[in-house]
Amino acid sequence: MNTDGRHGGVNVIEAHGLRKDFTVRVRKGLLRRERRDVAAVDGVDLAVQRGELLGYLGPNGAGKSTTLKMLTGVLHPSGGRVSVCGLTPVPQRILLARRIGVVFGQRSQLWWDLPLRDSYELLRHIYRVPAAEHAARLRRCRDLLELDPFLDTPVRQLSLGQRMRGELTAALLHGPEVLFLDEPTIGLDVVSKQAVRGFLAELGQTGDTTIVLTTHDLADIERLCRRIVVIDHGRVVHDGGIDALHARYGSQRRVTVDFDTAPAALPDLPGVHLEATTGPRLTFTLDNSASVGTLISTLTTLGSLRDLSVTEPEIEEVIARLYRSEGRAPSPRFP
Amino acid sequence: MAEPAAASTAAIYRRLVAAQVRSQLSYRVSFVLDLVSNVVFLGADLLTVLVVFHRVPVLAGFSLADTLLVFGLASLGFSLAELIVGSIDHMQRHVRTGLLDAVLIRPLGVLWQLLVLDVGLRRVGRVCSGLVLLAIAVRLAEVAVTPANLLLLVITPVVGAVFFGAVFVATATVAFWWVDSGELSAALTHGGRDFTSYPMTVFGGWFRRLFAFGLGFGFIAYYPALILLDRPDPLGAPAWLGWCGPLLAAAAATLAGLIWRTGVRHYRSTGS
Ligand SMILES: Nc1ncnc2c1ncn2[C@@H]1O[C@H](COP(=O)(O)OP(=O)(O)OP(=O)(O)O)[C@@H](O)[C@H]1O
Ligand SMILES: [Mg+2]
Repeated sequence: MNTDGRHGGVNVIEAHGLRKDFTVRVRKGLLRRERRDVAAVDGVDLAVQRGELLGYLGPNGAGKSTTLKMLTGVLHPSGGRVSVCGLTPVPQRILLARRIGVVFGQRSQLWWDLPLRDSYELLRHIYRVPAAEHAARLRRCRDLLELDPFLDTPVRQLSLGQRMRGELTAALLHGPEVLFLDEPTIGLDVVSKQAVRGFLAELGQTGDTTIVLTTHDLADIERLCRRIVVIDHGRVVHDGGIDALHARYGSQRRVTVDFDTAPAALPDLPGVHLEATTGPRLTFTLDNSASVGTLISTLTTLGSLRDLSVTEPEIEEVIARLYRSEGRAPSPRFP
Repeated sequence: MAEPAAASTAAIYRRLVAAQVRSQLSYRVSFVLDLVSNVVFLGADLLTVLVVFHRVPVLAGFSLADTLLVFGLASLGFSLAELIVGSIDHMQRHVRTGLLDAVLIRPLGVLWQLLVLDVGLRRVGRVCSGLVLLAIAVRLAEVAVTPANLLLLVITPVVGAVFFGAVFVATATVAFWWVDSGELSAALTHGGRDFTSYPMTVFGGWFRRLFAFGLGFGFIAYYPALILLDRPDPLGAPAWLGWCGPLLAAAAATLAGLIWRTGVRHYRSTGS
């Protein structure tokens, strides 16, 4: 019986009804303070298979970081069941720590006053990684994340982008099966972001490492994740592909064509709507069912095309719609 | 299997301490200043003892040399504990900076990592001056050189260190997780040290009973010192109490460990 999640088919991460209540003290009058439970995570179900690259999204305060802290053994859940790599995070924290890698956004796990290289050496001993294995992984990260220029610089002197690349490396040197990243691209410039994304994309492609990623930068998601889980007020409000999200919110692709001269007739295809006409330029919106190919071949019969562009629906837009529609629901947090 | 693992765990912590030394030496000037100020600190405490004896040559039945012995045993134990465990007072900062989160995701014990990553090496100064002070006191008080006395001289500061360390951990945990105050911790640790530093005959009835027996501080320096000085307790307690320290230290450490574990289970991290 295999339950340790090392082999395919078994979920590497499993959560059922996972919840976390924080007790906060609210001031009532001069001296009286009332205790009140706030549900930061309110019954999350999650199943992630080995090798998946999961985007974990939600507006500020939705409970993303809190979920990740429970999955990594930092926080004790208030309720529900959770298992990661077949282990229960808090009671089996030390066993689990060897098998996962974690980057918490602006938190650091590097030694501030020592050269970056020294942190890696210390982590090698902490995780008891054989020297050769460690060296091979470090070499790969050095190449892909271009660490060499600052490997001997004390961490406190690194820029945010340099440090974040350093943190990612630190989380990977023991060869974790699951990588948890809480806003790994926060505050990075375009080039650093691309470096990090490219690196994660490559890591995800090998299929050995399961990655759970939270971010507010939807370009990260578009580039990296086939599946996204969106939570709001501590509850899962979407779990599936980005396509499914577009379908659900009726996102539309757009086709813009420039004719040499305005065509006499218009295509009449199901699911295709003319949005605008400005001289020889026509803009169509397409429902999910409609095919761009059919539209284009129909258009070529109507006149000679000079230019043509297809715009995919904006992920920003659909996510914003999702957040807004969930936000209108009465808040379940203060029952 | 278990033994090499334990040995290599010790080796990991040695490396972590070495890393801490390197880190702190990268701020050389402030390190030296801290070191010096810690020696001065102990000097100031000692001065209090001397001033008292300048006024009254015998304090509640104890001469200056006797008192110095009690003082030396207590301050060596305390400064060892402070060197190793004292930084636990910084819990609040560790939570705010996220060090506690970082430590929780590594495959090592939480308490030891925190202690090692925040060890105040400048406090080595206090341990050194505590050692010197104890050596002087042993000479002045003319402690008989017997195997039993030597053993007691070695274990007493260790017992003191473990006991004070347990008090540090327990009170910092309670203060941090339940009452949100640093005062309690200071009252017990520094208050405890001040109590142990003098022959307890100088203190009044209920206060003495509370600290000596209720909280156990009497076993840290006073009773062992009586054995070393080879004199009966003016308060009538049996001499063997001086050997009870290790039991007490073990009990205190166990209790502190339990309190700490409960505290960590209640850890709630921060919202960002
Ligand atoms: N340590 C804590 N004590 C009290 N409340 C907390 C704590 N940590 C989080 N919360 C609350 O729990 C809720 C979820 O917080 P969490 O940090 O998980 O959100 P998030 O989804 O990561 O948000 P963001 O996108 O802003 O990082 C918030 O309402 C927050 O105020
Ligand atoms: Mg967050």
